[in-house]
Amino acid sequence: MSDLDIQIPGAFDPFAEANAEDSGAGSKDYVHVRVQQRNGRKSLTTVQGLKKEFNYNKILKDFKKEFCCNGTVVQDPELGQVIQLQGDQRKNVSQFLVQAGVVKKDLIKIHGF
Amino acid sequence: MAEEEHPEVLPEVKEEAAPGEIHPFDPTKKKKKKKVRVAEEEDLEAVDKVTEKVDSLALTSTAGDGIDSSFAGMKKKKKKKPVEGEFEEENGETIAEVNGGEAAEDEDEEEEAEGIVLEARFPWEGTDRDYKYEELLGRVFNILRENNPELAGEKRRTIMRPPQVLREGTKKTVFVNFMDLCKTMHRQPEHVMAFLLAELGTSGSLDGQQRLVVKGRFAPKNFEGILRRYVNEYVMCNGCKSPDTILSKENRLFFLRCEQCGCSRSVAQIKAGFVARVGRRKTTT
Repeated sequence: MSDLDIQIPGAFDPFAEANAEDSGAGSKDYVHVRVQQRNGRKSLTTVQGLKKEFNYNKILKDFKKEFCCNGTVVQDPELGQVIQLQGDQRKNVSQFLVQAGVVKKDLIKIHGF
Repeated sequence: MAEEEHPEVLPEVKEEAAPGEIHPFDPTKKKKKKKVRVAEEEDLEAVDKVTEKVDSLALTSTAGDGIDSSFAGMKKKKKKKPVEGEFEEENGETIAEVNGGEAAEDEDEEEEAEGIVLEARFPWEGTDRDYKYEELLGRVFNILRENNPELAGEKRRTIMRPPQVLREGTKKTVFVNFMDLCKTMHRQPEHVMAFLLAELGTSGSLDGQQRLVVKGRFAPKNFEGILRRYVNEYVMCNGCKSPDTILSKENRLFFLRCEQCGCSRSVAQIKAGFVARVGRRKTTT
């Protein structure tokens, strides 16, 4: 009896859905690209939510080369590493990320005006 | 003499027409009636004055005719009033036409209209046959349309006015009709503000006149884009695309419930999430 009892939940994994949802939640792992205004007509682009497997510094290097701008990787206590770029690079960033196959297009969220 | 009198009469008639033309934009029946009556009385008084003048001026026969005809128009209008009240559609137009002095034509038109409406209402009248579904459906819609013309429209579109934006000094932007837009969306201004500020990546507050003051320079277009996104995410129903929705908070989660189709969906937590993201953003320049 007890064997059966154990087996039944074993056959039907109650966490299957939850796990599936987790992978679904993985689809919620948006990459947020934001713009922030600075003084004058200067602005700042931040890229948050890239997968941790990536080497942020390498991505940043390519960003910098591609967009001819400077940038840095900022360590945030809550959200981990965030890439900062000089200037409004939202379109460039999303285009680049999609082309390089780092992120899918529908996972990129562009914020800001 | 007669030629002098006519121009005096005509302007009065035209003035009558003017308020009549405005009426179709009044959504309620009662207002319409009241206003029309008041206008009528005024007009009558005005006409009376004119006639007095005319009397004192010892009229010729032609002048009298002109005034008589105008009077006839007034009387007809009065008689028609209750009838017109029943027909919601284009009340003002008919009145305007009456005022325009095309009394005879107008009567004909109205009779026609009456006939049409009656037929549309009861196509089975006078026969023993059963009602057809389409006819009954049509009847229902007619009644609906008569009772509240706003509802019966095929698709109601809520139109949001474009945001009005002013510059306060050089570094602050004032969003003037922020409250209006919140009301048209039926959303709490705090909620909208949190979203706006999060998206703009700045700080801001409501001022004394309930305008939103945002730090930084922004064009109206920017606000428009963000509001569009806001509507898509937090106002529009996913199923039926209607903006007639309610945002409620249950167990820390925001739910969007549609008033039209009754469907509900959870919505990304705006406040905590977005605030956190804003806090995360470093303003190290």
